[in-house]
Amino acid sequence: MSKTTVSRRGVLKTGAVAGAGLAVPTIFTASSASAFTNEPTGSTVTLGFNVPQTGPYADEGADELRAYELAVEHLNGGGDGGMMNTFSSKALNGSGILGKKVEFVTGDTQTKPDAARASARSMIEKDGAVMITGGSSSGVAVAVQALCQEAGIIFMAGLTHSNDTTGKDKKANGFRHFFNSYMSGAALAPILAKNYGKDRKAYHLTADYNWGYTTEEAVRTSTEAMGWETVAAVKTPLAQTDFSSYVAPVLNSGADVLVLNHYGGNMVNSLTSAVQFGLRAAEANGKNFEIIVPLYSRLMARGAGKNVAGIFGSTNWHWSLENVAGSRYAGTNAFVQSFGQKYGFPPSQAAHTVYCQTLLYADAVQRAGSFNPCAVAEALEGYEFDGLGNGPTLYRAEDHQCFKDVLVVKGKENPDNEFDLLEIVDVTPAAQVSYDASIFGGELGSCNPGA
Amino acid sequence: MDAIILQILNGLDKGSAYALIALGLTLIFGTLGVVNFAHGALFMLGAFCTVTLSRLLTLSHEVVDPTRKDFLGNPLKVDVPYIYDIFGETTGATIIDWAVPLSILFAIPVMIGIGVLMERGLIKHFYKRPHADQILVTFGLAIVLQEIIKYYFGANQIPAPAPQAFVGSLDFGALVGFEPGAIIYPYWRIVYFCFAMILIGAVFAFLQFTTFGMVVRAGMADRETVGLLGINIDRRFTIMFGIAAAVAGLAGVMYTPINSPNYHMGMDFLVISFVVVVVGGMGSLPGAVLAGFVLGVLESFASMRQVIELLPGVNQVVIYLAAIVILLTRPRGLLGRRGVMED
Repeated sequence: MSKTTVSRRGVLKTGAVAGAGLAVPTIFTASSASAFTNEPTGSTVTLGFNVPQTGPYADEGADELRAYELAVEHLNGGGDGGMMNTFSSKALNGSGILGKKVEFVTGDTQTKPDAARASARSMIEKDGAVMITGGSSSGVAVAVQALCQEAGIIFMAGLTHSNDTTGKDKKANGFRHFFNSYMSGAALAPILAKNYGKDRKAYHLTADYNWGYTTEEAVRTSTEAMGWETVAAVKTPLAQTDFSSYVAPVLNSGADVLVLNHYGGNMVNSLTSAVQFGLRAAEANGKNFEIIVPLYSRLMARGAGKNVAGIFGSTNWHWSLENVAGSRYAGTNAFVQSFGQKYGFPPSQAAHTVYCQTLLYADAVQRAGSFNPCAVAEALEGYEFDGLGNGPTLYRAEDHQCFKDVLVVKGKENPDNEFDLLEIVDVTPAAQVSYDASIFGGELGSCNPGA
Repeated sequence: MDAIILQILNGLDKGSAYALIALGLTLIFGTLGVVNFAHGALFMLGAFCTVTLSRLLTLSHEVVDPTRKDFLGNPLKVDVPYIYDIFGETTGATIIDWAVPLSILFAIPVMIGIGVLMERGLIKHFYKRPHADQILVTFGLAIVLQEIIKYYFGANQIPAPAPQAFVGSLDFGALVGFEPGAIIYPYWRIVYFCFAMILIGAVFAFLQFTTFGMVVRAGMADRETVGLLGINIDRRFTIMFGIAAAVAGLAGVMYTPINSPNYHMGMDFLVISFVVVVVGGMGSLPGAVLAGFVLGVLESFASMRQVIELLPGVNQVVIYLAAIVILLTRPRGLLGRRGVMED
């Protein structure tokens, strides 16, 4: 007769082993049902387009939405295919993404980080968006990028130019195609030296928020390195509409260059004031007084009208790039043709960058064979591509920043039409605007697949 | 010294816009007792009268220029304004160039019409309601007007330049004995200041020297008694609402070359205008004008680099700091009257 001894410890051990054994398939099943946040299970996949639909950047947001809709049309096999025809990767075939038809939802960021996070959260939680993209402000981009990191969603930044987005605030789930303030400074400095000389005194007016600071810092660093002196740097309130009291004293400050670290309506108003106060026609220190706008957009140039004539700045892309600078920038004309036929006017740089981001995301999913954000991130990291209008481009693995040639532009003196506002002066090679990924600090962290 | 004179000039210019908007606000408050949060929107509508007239003047037909290409590489279609066909290219171009001043003629009837419609259609229903209700409904109206403008004109700023004759700057310093180039001031800002002074003078003269104005002033002092004399004071107050709307609108029309119009420009001025009205003294027309200029000059001085370096951030709060100091020392504002909003 055998004797069975049952101890309390033995029961606990057996229970733990049995429990773990039973739990394994449960966890496995649960994992396979939802391996990552919003894993698409049906015949469609939803993308979330979060752009400013109200507020001062609403026109930029509207142009982004047009480009997103065009990208979705092309991904689903509609239209003329746009830059899918010129894209160096041939993974996309017009049957959606991984055979799933692409659908989209839109949100309004209002150019406010809180509102942008709320609409992104709604798109993730209620609409099941597997990727969030968009924006027209670095404050918004940084806030939404952090949310996507927490939620386990890929964030493909739209228009955001602050160094911080892929610098101190970079995230493993976030990717930026657009260039940044550092690149603007690095591209502009040699052109400024060539045109205005190395002995200049600059006065900066800077929008009092994150993007303004990084842009001022970048332009100051680049111009001081070539010999310019910074006479003063004055912060201007973001809500300022009349800049006359900031601009009026500039002429008597000892400066002979005014740098407007302003964007959108701020730039339009400050530039208008500067021109009204005679800075374009003035002389200082025996030189012609000059004005510089580090970040241009065609939509802004339209607002400033004739005031932009002859003023240097930088831009991520321009619709005339391929015609001016040649076939290295293939994809530009395909996109302009596609967008122009559909909407009747050429796309802005905001439209271009978000179209690229949508295609790059779809392509990465296709190449990875999975919507899992970690697989997508891996497919994008260190990825080199071409044919999207900017020439050969690298998605750097260390900070998820794209490196490509940067355009230096000048407001056109005699535009042929209302879209012909900026003239491409120079295309700065990517190598000249590259930098060590560690200089802005921050930690990329690790990819979060979510659920 | 030259920097101080420059900022005084600049402050008077800012103050002109503040004073004109606050003047209209005070007129409405003084006559109808309504706190009109849509007043900034009326300023914005005035600016868009200019945009509208500019677009009407530049209505065009297309002429294909086969020698040039558009952005898609097709033969360029050049827009030729109909006004060139009517008046010839030289005269037509001059008329287009003078669109901003010409908009005054266009804006006066339009803005009076909008003001009367607003008062009769909406605001009259809120006379006996609390000020909080009036604020809510007029603020709501401002947002609706703003969104309508955004829908039709877009969110971006639309350039509305001054006539070529007023482009450029005056060497003000040389005129008053400083070194040439020490005080440069834009022609159009001088025009704006002069225009504001004329408009403010005209409103005061209208109220002071016309029978209509005298009745309105009597009605502002004692509405019931004037009504008992058999005078239709309500109709006069409605007209005054239209005039206040026109003042705000004209301020907007002439402001367009200074800052290109956009749909939220009214909101940018609204809060400051209310501060101006309160600092000037609720219901006081001279107070509104005086406070507009005082706060405009203060704001300009606070924007000076030397001041910002000494007191960082003061440029963002100076108007509100000034309001606190003035209201602590003069609770009814600079020229406020006893009994207004004190019940």
